[in-house]
Amino acid sequence: MSAIIEYAPLLWQGLMTTILVAVLSGALCLLVAFSMGLARLSPHWIIRWPAGVFVEVFRGTSLIVQMFWFFYALPFFGIQLHPLTAAVLALGLNEGAYAAEVVRGAISSRAKGQTEAGIALGMSPALRLRRILIPQSIPAMLPPFGNVMVDLLKNTSLVSLVTVTDLTFRAQMIRSTTGETAAVFLTILVMYFLLSVLLTMLTQWMEKRYALDRRALAVQRKALREASLKDKVGAL
Amino acid sequence: MIWDNAFAISIIPMLLKGLWVTIQLTLLGTLIAAVLGLVAAVIRRLNIPVLSPLVSFMVIFIRGTPLLIQAYVAFFVLPIYGISFNAFTTGVVIIGINYSAYMAEVYRSGIQGVPAGQWEAATALSLPPVRTWCRVILPQAVRTVIPMLGNYLIQMFKDSAVLSAITVVELMATAQSIGTSTYRYLEPLTMAGALFLLVSYPASRLVNKMERRYAPKQ
Repeated sequence: MSAIIEYAPLLWQGLMTTILVAVLSGALCLLVAFSMGLARLSPHWIIRWPAGVFVEVFRGTSLIVQMFWFFYALPFFGIQLHPLTAAVLALGLNEGAYAAEVVRGAISSRAKGQTEAGIALGMSPALRLRRILIPQSIPAMLPPFGNVMVDLLKNTSLVSLVTVTDLTFRAQMIRSTTGETAAVFLTILVMYFLLSVLLTMLTQWMEKRYALDRRALAVQRKALREASLKDKVGAL
Repeated sequence: MIWDNAFAISIIPMLLKGLWVTIQLTLLGTLIAAVLGLVAAVIRRLNIPVLSPLVSFMVIFIRGTPLLIQAYVAFFVLPIYGISFNAFTTGVVIIGINYSAYMAEVYRSGIQGVPAGQWEAATALSLPPVRTWCRVILPQAVRTVIPMLGNYLIQMFKDSAVLSAITVVELMATAQSIGTSTYRYLEPLTMAGALFLLVSYPASRLVNKMERRYAPKQ
């Protein structure tokens, strides 16, 4: 255990890198999720098809193959990526492909009446999406998004294989210099576990925060308050 | 030229051998996961003091930690205590245990989906618990679970590439070793990706079809 305390700063640095990778690829994941998820719902095949191919390719092959491909195979095309860039790109695109299916599924499962009402009110397709379909779909997307994010967090351990100095990489370093294999690996196992518990708690909080009935209640309350305010103004 | 076609064709047999190892890994791993997951789900449902909470915690812990680290622990730590298998066995057991935690959840939802009347009928007929489980509850629970198991099978097929990190010579490790020995990464990695896609895409289509067939009647 003493080795862990001695090398704690190194583990801390690794933890920071892990969090950095997770945050960057998480942002990329969300970007990819919405752009590809919405593109797959497009009525134009020229937009729908490439997005479909993208999603199927990134979902159909291993994340680790993609990461190695970005790191080892891209240089053959003259593109040399920094290990961190390659790792974030692979993680973000891979998990983004999974999340794109979440977006697509959530939006396409909205009640048809919502779209029809939008059309009846003369809303343009973009406005319907922005004002009606996406806001309504967010609560349905949150639980599966949470799963994708936890998955992404766990998969950041793979970036150590393309020489990003994350928590796993640091642990391997400490292991080879001290030989304290059991202590080091059990420590980072617990650290990863705590991180994913935190992330799960965060998504659960967001689920509660953005639950549809809660919003409906808030809107009702606001309407009541405004109504009573108007009464007072009227009385004056 | 960037892409060397002759080289790409020449490495196909090696990659296919790697693919076969990946498939074996997946099938054996799924078998372990399906059995262990069922055991875990039943233990959790039985509410045995100490044991059930322990299994619940194990499920949460396994789901909350990376497969790579679990594999490292099994591969580097266990031999210190005199428990060592070859890389393939370690890999199969670890990925099996890892996925059993996910499958336990799937079985749990399947068991929950069995109507309460079935339990009551079993009690009314005073069926012993073992027969209630084996003849009444599980056959109905597992039916709805089958497509989900298929999804996890495909997921495991892709995830098993992680085990290349503990020297299991499957598809990914084969591609990597071809790369290091020839200094050409483009062809082996691209072909490995294509092989993964070639198996997993039709498989996921098949599972989708099964999903519609086995879907519980609304």
